[in-house]
Amino acid sequence: MWLKDKIVEFFKRKEKVTVGGGNKAMEKQIAMGKMTARDRIKTILDPDSFHEYDLFVEHAGKDFGMDKKALPGDGVITGIGNIMGHPVCIFAQDFTVAGGSLGLMHARKITKIMDHAVKLGVPLIGINDSGGARIQEGVNSLAGYGEIFYRNTLASGVIPQISVILGPCAGGAVYSPALTDFVFVVDKISKMFITGPEVIKTVLGEEISMEDLGGAKVQTEISGNAHFYAKSEYECFEQIKKLMTFIPWNNTKRADPLPPKPPKSNFEITSVIPPEPSKPYDIRDVVKSVCDDSDFFEIQEFFAPNVVIGFARLNGDTVGIIGNQPLVLAGVLDVDSSDKAARFIRFCDAFSIPIITFVDIPGYLPGVDQEHNGVIRHGAKILYSYSEATVPKITIILRKAYGGGYIAMCSRHLGADFVFAWPTAEIAVMGPEGAANIIFKSEIAASENPEETRKQKVQEYTEKFANPYVAAANGHIDAVINPEETRGYLIHAVQISREKKEIRPNRKHGIPPF
Amino acid sequence: MDQNNNLTAFPVDDTFYETKLTTKFKKRKIYQPPNPDKLNAFIPGIVTKIHVKEGQTVKRGDSLLILEAMKMKNNVVSARDGRIKSISVKESKMVRKGELLLEYE
Repeated sequence: MWLKDKIVEFFKRKEKVTVGGGNKAMEKQIAMGKMTARDRIKTILDPDSFHEYDLFVEHAGKDFGMDKKALPGDGVITGIGNIMGHPVCIFAQDFTVAGGSLGLMHARKITKIMDHAVKLGVPLIGINDSGGARIQEGVNSLAGYGEIFYRNTLASGVIPQISVILGPCAGGAVYSPALTDFVFVVDKISKMFITGPEVIKTVLGEEISMEDLGGAKVQTEISGNAHFYAKSEYECFEQIKKLMTFIPWNNTKRADPLPPKPPKSNFEITSVIPPEPSKPYDIRDVVKSVCDDSDFFEIQEFFAPNVVIGFARLNGDTVGIIGNQPLVLAGVLDVDSSDKAARFIRFCDAFSIPIITFVDIPGYLPGVDQEHNGVIRHGAKILYSYSEATVPKITIILRKAYGGGYIAMCSRHLGADFVFAWPTAEIAVMGPEGAANIIFKSEIAASENPEETRKQKVQEYTEKFANPYVAAANGHIDAVINPEETRGYLIHAVQISREKKEIRPNRKHGIPPF
Repeated sequence: MDQNNNLTAFPVDDTFYETKLTTKFKKRKIYQPPNPDKLNAFIPGIVTKIHVKEGQTVKRGDSLLILEAMKMKNNVVSARDGRIKSISVKESKMVRKGELLLEYE
């Protein structure tokens, strides 16, 4: 009987802490259109795979009457479960317990599961739904945040780290997601900011709603802090699971290959590109016409859409895709798109994912706002990341590759392993119009019919330089290929460079132009 | 999200490309060269005290007004000699960043 009593007591204790903030608080959470923390974990993970730890942890608050209060699980659920049969470490803040506020023990639960993730070499998924620091615990809650940031940083590039923002995430709390690799947000539920609308109003007199300041749309479209936008929590979890199919579990492994599949027949590479070089097309259609099953998983779709990034598969293996998007801002590089591409390159490099670059770029975006916002420094990030990356780097030039844009988009000069060009490629210092206007400036001005001469000179320049053959003659590209052969060439290049080795001089770390 | 907008002729190095513009690009701040005749708020805040009147002659370094922001009383001084043509704000009025405070002649 003694054993039975103990077990009954155990179940009683367990039930008490498993209810979180109680049924009323749970109902309130659901009324807000949100899932409960435990349901979120269960929905992301494979059925019945979740093992919870630290369920009986108690908070460490002593002041302001906190010592008399019980906070079940201290407002966070942590544990290990599976996604597609592989283990992941996961935590979910429970808004029903003291608003998911972060005290020292709450933070220690998180740091413990983070340490597990690094030791076990498995991804970390963090679900954020918290009012912020637990003010009653004072400096101890700040210590908690700091210990999380420190681990986020040490784990960066070792295991994939995923943040899911499913509620408010304000002040110091936003920096943990910012340090992780992928941030997921959900419409109307996610809110991220350093200082909220209240503070902004009192201090600066500017009035703004939470949604307009740091809602899901703002974070995915304007700031670029978030990578994935979903209409519902369920859609968000599906996105996470899809992402997980493309990435390896840690930096010593590769993503599981899938059986190779040909692209779908409705993506015809030759019908995608318009005949005139100034006409746009959707670069994603080109990607879909070469990758397995025409399945392109785009990242940061709404932020800096002039450059497209994402994952796809070639002959079953994951590749990272970066491409200029002629459909938006003519596919130029600017402050935002450089940041976006550079960070993605570093993710791919850290996790042994080959990088395929599709080039169709007229150059960097001109403008005072660009210069004053530091396009030099930001643009340099893309040069740095490409040069630094030692994973297989394969570049394919479709049409324009002008000037600094040509160099930046993983040219041979930045260490590309393979550079292919279509016959439509124009690899030149700038577009024929601009080049003719500069080179033949005095000739055009002195001529009797300047407009006629200008046209003639543009034509001359186009014929001579707007092609891939000057670059091919200098060995800057490896092959001019028939567009229909693109998939074959890319698969060949990825497979042949799978075990590629590149030795770099020893150093503690480089100093990228952050 | 702003995918419904139309194609625009967009110039890069004298060539015009047909392309879409992003909302962020359209909303970008258009550069305006500084105008020495105008004094704009460098920070959002409250004008707590105005030390000058319209038509008054001021010297470089004279205090023009107090702009309280971030709990600091900022003493805004004249960057040049001149005469105040107009004052666009009133005491205890909240101003936004870049809002016109006063104009010189």
